[in-house]
Amino acid sequence: MSAHGAVIPPASGRERLKDRGFRGLIVFCTLAGMGMLALLLWDVAADGGDRLSWDFVTTFPSAFPDKAGIESALMGTIWLMAVCAAFIIPVGVATAIYLEEYADRNRWWNRFVEVNIQNLAAVPSIIYGILGLAFLVRGPLDLGRVVLAGGLTLGLLVLPVVIIAAREAIRAVPPSIREGSMALGATQWQTIRKQVLPAAIPGIATGVILALSRAIGETAPLIVVGAASFVAFNPSGLDDAFTALPLQIFEWISRPQPEFQLLAAAGILILLALLMSMNAVAIWLRNRYEQKW
Amino acid sequence: MDASQSALRAPSGTSVLGGARRRPTEDAVKAFLIFCTLISVVTTVGILIALLEETIGFFGEIGIGEFFTGNDWSPLFADPSYGVLPLVWGTIQITLISLVVAMPLGLGAAVYLSEYARPRVRKTVKPVLELLAGIPTIVFGYFALTYFTPVILNDLLGLEVQVFNSLSAGVIMGFMVLPTIASLAEDAMTAVPQSLREGAFGLGASKLQVSVRVVFPAALSGIVAAVVLGVSRAIGETMIVLVAAGQLPNNALSTEEPHATMTAFIAGTAKGDVPTGSIGYETIFAVGTTLFFMTLLMNAIAIRFVRRYRQVYE
Repeated sequence: MSAHGAVIPPASGRERLKDRGFRGLIVFCTLAGMGMLALLLWDVAADGGDRLSWDFVTTFPSAFPDKAGIESALMGTIWLMAVCAAFIIPVGVATAIYLEEYADRNRWWNRFVEVNIQNLAAVPSIIYGILGLAFLVRGPLDLGRVVLAGGLTLGLLVLPVVIIAAREAIRAVPPSIREGSMALGATQWQTIRKQVLPAAIPGIATGVILALSRAIGETAPLIVVGAASFVAFNPSGLDDAFTALPLQIFEWISRPQPEFQLLAAAGILILLALLMSMNAVAIWLRNRYEQKW
Repeated sequence: MDASQSALRAPSGTSVLGGARRRPTEDAVKAFLIFCTLISVVTTVGILIALLEETIGFFGEIGIGEFFTGNDWSPLFADPSYGVLPLVWGTIQITLISLVVAMPLGLGAAVYLSEYARPRVRKTVKPVLELLAGIPTIVFGYFALTYFTPVILNDLLGLEVQVFNSLSAGVIMGFMVLPTIASLAEDAMTAVPQSLREGAFGLGASKLQVSVRVVFPAALSGIVAAVVLGVSRAIGETMIVLVAAGQLPNNALSTEEPHATMTAFIAGTAKGDVPTGSIGYETIFAVGTTLFFMTLLMNAIAIRFVRRYRQVYE
C-alpha cells in the first residue's frame, strides 16, 4: 500500500508507539472504576465482616453497639419493597401497555407523556422526598410517617424505570403475533392479555426487579419523608412507623463512636447481599426466558 | 411498525368484516390504562405544586434578591440569614471535582469498550461497571468518610484534609457518576457506522487516529449528553455529600474544608423535624426548587444536544 494520496499518513513506528500508549491509558481508565469497586467492597467486608452473625439480623437496634442489630430495619425494608412493588407493577405495566399498544404518537399529549416520563427519570431522588413530605405525609393525604407513605414515595421514584423497561419488553414482541391473534377474531385487549403480555413477562419482571433494587438502597427520600431513625419494633401494618436498612446504616454512620461505624459496615454487607441476589435473579430471568423471534 | 399498528387500530366500528360492536370490557380496560398513565403526569404536577406553593410563601417573607445574592446561609440561627450562594457553591464545587474524576476515566473507558476491547472482555467489563452504578450512594458515603479521607487522602497522599471535606466527597462521587458517563458515551460511539471506521483504516489511519479523530467527533452529541446527564446526577446526589462533606455552608475555595450542598441542606433540615409552615420548613422547598430547576436545565441541555447535533447516517 503506497502512501500516495493518503489523507492520513500510514501508521509509522511512532504512530504505533502512540497507539500503544493510548491503549494503556484507556485500559487504566477502565480498570480504575473496577479497582475502586473492589477496594470499596474489600473495605466494607473488612470492617463489617466480624459483626455479621445471625444475632445481628435478629435483634433490634440498641444504644449499646455490641447488642445492636438490624431486625426492625430489615423488616421495614421488606415492607417498603412490598408496597413499592404493589404500586409499580400494575401502574408501570398499564402505562407501558397504553403507550405501546394504544397511544397514537401523532397526538401531542402522548408525546408529552413520553417526554414527561424521561424527565421524571432524571429528577433527583431527594425531590421525590419533598413530594412525599408535602403530599403523602402531610398535606392532602396526611398519612403520617408510615410504611405506606415511604413505600409510595419510593414507588413514584422508580416508576419511570419500570415503564421504560416494560415498554421495551412489549415492543420486542413482533407485530405478526398481534396480527395473527386479531385475524383469529380476538379483540385488542384479548390480544394483549393472551399474546403480548405473556411473551413480554420476562422482560417486565427483569425491569421490576431492577427498579426495586434501585429503591432498596435509596436513603435521601426516606430521610425527607421523615422515617424515624431509631425504631425498635417491626412494622405490623401499612400505617405503622418504620425504619429501613439504608436509614439505619446512615444513623450508625452519623454517630462518632467507631463501634457504630463497624455496625454500619455490617448493615451495608446485608444491604449489598440483598441487592446482589436481586440482580442475580434478574440476570437469571433474562437468560432463562429470553426469546428470539 | 407504526403502519402495522394503525392498521390494527382501524377496525373500531367500521370494520370491513362487520360485526365489530363496542365491547364494554375493551373500553373499561382502556380507561384504566389511561388512568395509570396519568399518574406519571400527576407526579410532575405534584412536584411542581409541592415545590412552588411553599416557595412562594417563602419569598413572601424573604426577598428574592437576598436569597439569590446573599453570601450567608444560616436560616435556623437566632439571627437568620437567607443567602443561598454558599449552598450553590458547595454543589458546584463538589460537582466539578466529581467531573474531573468521572470525565476522563468515563470517556477513556467508553473508548476502550467501544473501540479496543474484544467482545468477550466487553461482555465481562460492562456488567461490572453496571454493578458500580447499582451500589447505593450511602455505601459510597461510608467509604468516603471511613476509608478514602483517613487512609488515602490523609495517610497515603499526606493531604491536610479535615474529617469532613469536599475533596473526598467529590472524588468518590466521581466514581459514582463514572458508569453513567461511560455507558452512555459507549452507546453513542458504538452507534457510529462501521463504514466510517473502515474508510479511515483504508486510508492508513491507526486505531488511535480512528478512535480520536473519527469515532469521537462523530459521536460527540451523544458524548456531551452523557457528560451533562452525569453532571445532573452529581448535582442531585445527596448521601455522599451528607455523610462525607460535612453540612457547613461554606464560601471558601478550599476543598479541604467541609461544605454543604443544596441536597445536604434539604436532607439535614428535614431530618430535624421542622414544623409545617415555619420558615425553616419553607427553606427546604425554596432550596428544593432551586435544585429542581438546575437539574431540569441540565436535562434540557442534554436532550437538546442529542436532537440538534446528532449525525444521521443513511
